[in-house]
Amino acid sequence: MSAATPKGVLLTPIFQNNPIALQILGICSALAVTSSMSVSLVMALAVIAVTAFSNLFVSLIRKHIPSSIRIIVQMTIIASLVIVVDQVLKAYAYEMSKQLSVFVGLIITNCIVMGRAEGFAMQNGPVLSFLDGIGNGLGYGMVLMVVGFFRELLGSGSVFGFTVLAPVQDGGWYVPNGLMLLPPSAFFVIGLMIWVIRAFHPEQVEENQFEMKENTQPKEAV
Amino acid sequence: MASNNSIKQTLIVAFALCIVCSVIVSTAAVALRPQQQANQENDRRSNILEVANLLEPGVPVDEQFEQVTPRVVELSTGEYSEEREPQKFSPYESARDPAQSRTLSGEKDIAGLSRQEEYSIVYLVGDEEDPEQIVVPVRGQGLWGLMRGFLALEGDGNTIVGITFYSHSETPGLGGEVDNPRWKAKWEGKKAYDDIEDDGMPDIELVKGGASSETEVDALSGATLTSNGVTNLVQFWLGEDGFGPYLDRFRDSSEGA
Repeated sequence: MSAATPKGVLLTPIFQNNPIALQILGICSALAVTSSMSVSLVMALAVIAVTAFSNLFVSLIRKHIPSSIRIIVQMTIIASLVIVVDQVLKAYAYEMSKQLSVFVGLIITNCIVMGRAEGFAMQNGPVLSFLDGIGNGLGYGMVLMVVGFFRELLGSGSVFGFTVLAPVQDGGWYVPNGLMLLPPSAFFVIGLMIWVIRAFHPEQVEENQFEMKENTQPKEAV
Repeated sequence: MASNNSIKQTLIVAFALCIVCSVIVSTAAVALRPQQQANQENDRRSNILEVANLLEPGVPVDEQFEQVTPRVVELSTGEYSEEREPQKFSPYESARDPAQSRTLSGEKDIAGLSRQEEYSIVYLVGDEEDPEQIVVPVRGQGLWGLMRGFLALEGDGNTIVGITFYSHSETPGLGGEVDNPRWKAKWEGKKAYDDIEDDGMPDIELVKGGASSETEVDALSGATLTSNGVTNLVQFWLGEDGFGPYLDRFRDSSEGA
């Protein structure tokens, strides 16, 4: 990456260098917590907080971290932050934290957090790193919100809990698509999203590593 | 940078980091505990309302809880205790306090509690004198750990309204189905005792292969030990060491009335 500017590190991860859509990191939690928008929003905020502050702290002490234990140091910082976030959620958003249950704790294993700490905060100053953390968290959150929007709309006919498409079981006309409430549906939504983003940013399209041969014609076989 | 990799520097950084992180984590845990406990209390109350089929979403739990009167009960006699305030009383804390609890001997301790409190709480729904429902706290060993919940009985002290577990550590998908609403719905209308006049021992149990009578509930498939645990804890808490004496008195007084 060329010289990082504050605006650049904050905004490029949202579309141009999105952690989920381009780097395909953090997919697991994007599958698990996006069945409704409010849960996705809380999860996104939690991840933004953790990436931003873990980047900040790692960057602050980056010149003193012995390289032999740097991963452990980063993990300890990230894990502490995740516990703090979990405690705050339990205190101020109890219902939400019950729904998110184990996935808040699993932010520790979210590759985005670790990736930014190791890949960016170890080489850059605290302010830039903090912004980079926010930017990547926003990129993650943006995908979560879009996926959550489609899954909740098509799966339960509502947005943020407000009914938009009146579902059949409440006397409406919309037959909810149960598949959208199951985690695998996020694969479809994320896949389509990556397609759309790459249509606008063709430079993101990777080169074919493996050329596919044309199908064998019947007459060649005989 | 080379000096960073010396053993001394490595140890210092690791040690300092551990200290700082543990201080942050414990500060957060301690500072936020009151708020978390308030949430848990609220959650417990909504569990009580839920087991009594009274929970209305959207209405503040405190408001709904006004129709419920907690009363402290002395388990051995089944009498209400006036000197203990229900708001401040916690059965779980007093079970840990040797002055307010007793050890259970092996045969009696079917629910695997080892210590039991002498006083507990009942929640009376509706009119205090002639309640529509009685909700009692129950707990007992499951497969992996203690399961805590509530059991709601109708005003006759026999018909079950519902059961709910608010904390357990059973295997998700197998024993963890104790909080599956569809399974919990099977409890509604079951009888705790098949004949109230006989020995006073509760007859309700979980059975495999389909419940065939009013005192049988379908066991959880693939979770024999959890099901046994549920049977044991319900029988224990409705039996003579649990709320049995209280329910006896309760039924006698309501028959007289």
